[in-house]
Amino acid sequence: MTEKTIGVLALQGGYREHGAHLRDCGIEPVYVTRPEELDQCAGLIIPGGESSCLRRLLRGFEVDTAIVNAVKQDGMHVWGTCAGAILCADSVVGEEPCLGLIECEIERNIFGSQLSSFYEEVSIPGICETKERLVYIRAPGIRRIWGKTRSILTSHDVITAAENDQVLVTSFHPELSETRAFHFYFIAKCGLASHDARPHEWTRTAWMERG
Amino acid sequence: MNDRYEINVNLAQMLKGGVIMDVVNAEQAKIAQEAGAVAVMALERVPADIRKEGGVARMSDPALIEEIKNAVTIPVMAKARIGHFVEAQILEALEIDYIDESEVLTMADDENHINKHLFKIPFVCGARDLGEACRRIQEGAAMIRTKGEAGTGDVIEAVRHMRTMNREIAELCGLTDNEVYTFCKNHGISVELAFKIRELKRLPVVNFAAGGIATPADAALMMQLGCDGVFVGSGIFKSGNPAKRARAIVMAAAHYNDPKLLAEVSKNLGEPMVGINCDDLSKDARLAKRGI
Repeated sequence: MTEKTIGVLALQGGYREHGAHLRDCGIEPVYVTRPEELDQCAGLIIPGGESSCLRRLLRGFEVDTAIVNAVKQDGMHVWGTCAGAILCADSVVGEEPCLGLIECEIERNIFGSQLSSFYEEVSIPGICETKERLVYIRAPGIRRIWGKTRSILTSHDVITAAENDQVLVTSFHPELSETRAFHFYFIAKCGLASHDARPHEWTRTAWMERG
Repeated sequence: MNDRYEINVNLAQMLKGGVIMDVVNAEQAKIAQEAGAVAVMALERVPADIRKEGGVARMSDPALIEEIKNAVTIPVMAKARIGHFVEAQILEALEIDYIDESEVLTMADDENHINKHLFKIPFVCGARDLGEACRRIQEGAAMIRTKGEAGTGDVIEAVRHMRTMNREIAELCGLTDNEVYTFCKNHGISVELAFKIRELKRLPVVNFAAGGIATPADAALMMQLGCDGVFVGSGIFKSGNPAKRARAIVMAAAHYNDPKLLAEVSKNLGEPMVGINCDDLSKDARLAKRGI
């Protein structure tokens, strides 16, 4: 059996950006579009994109059911960024939840339209010790958490990162800025080893070259 | 490059692999969202009707744009006339997500495009070749699309525009440093941007296909030619079964390299939009020549 790696759901949205960041962390990602590709994954990143679109595409080959089974039966880890976080939540304000992998209630576009998209510089003990830039694009926010979910970060009175033992959700996009802190954190959470494999200074077009 | 521009380019990145659909009311917007559109373009008339009815085509009624914005959670785009910076100011005040400075509307200025650097809201602009794409990026566009020939249902112009961009980028990549300057002169683009494109071997922003896409096969064709996503204008709501066609085109854009799936989703879609053969259009009827 080949060694497990990190998968990135590659149906729509910012999957190449995550792929480029994973390569910069010494991980060769597998792009997932079909259920059988999940067999190679110790962890799966569900990227930003449009959650209503991703939701429809996930249904296409029953990738949604396969993800839930992999998490519940095989112990696969999942990290949802932005739209991916909406898909992971147990509850979504105003609509039916999708995968239901983490005990929290999330609200889409909580900060408003594109004109309200923003970035912030934060440090988070255990994840990034120095200040790193986080980008929020029409971001969702977590209204409340319960059960085994822990809050990791709050911004403008809204929880923007949370986790349980297997699942991480972030409202922001660490794949869109220089920071690799969350990628290193998720790789470790999946029980895999990482190392610094960034060839040169990061630019926002890195996904075009390395994705 | 300022932070606002970066954030606007970032939104376009999140649309990659998706389909942006023209809608003329809240009901169509909901159908588009349910079918899996990544954004909607709010319009009073789709390009096929603009073409048929003639007259001056302007920015849509803000009340209609707001109605559509309130009906969906996906990003909402709207069109401003080329060079009409006040229409753009109004669209920004409506707090939509993206402005399309579009050749589909009648031009307001036949010399100048909007200085898009002055806005907080992102812009997408049409282009027929590398020169047009670069000039729009230099003016502040955060996303590019092919112009194609809107409202025809004929994909030939979109193919021409994408092939032209690809060919010109390949040509640029084959040049020595010393030759890039003349290339820039000939194409009317900045040296800095040309070097960047040569390094990346593609445009430095997201590039979608638009203008004449009417079937799942059309969408997959444009994706295989290297587009990052697809706009479908008249092709959906001018067809016999819009919801089914919309879902099929969404699947086709995501799985564009899977002919078996393309065959499956292309079955029984009902009547496509009637279409106009682009080669039958008089020179004056071509929208793509507006704003170069």
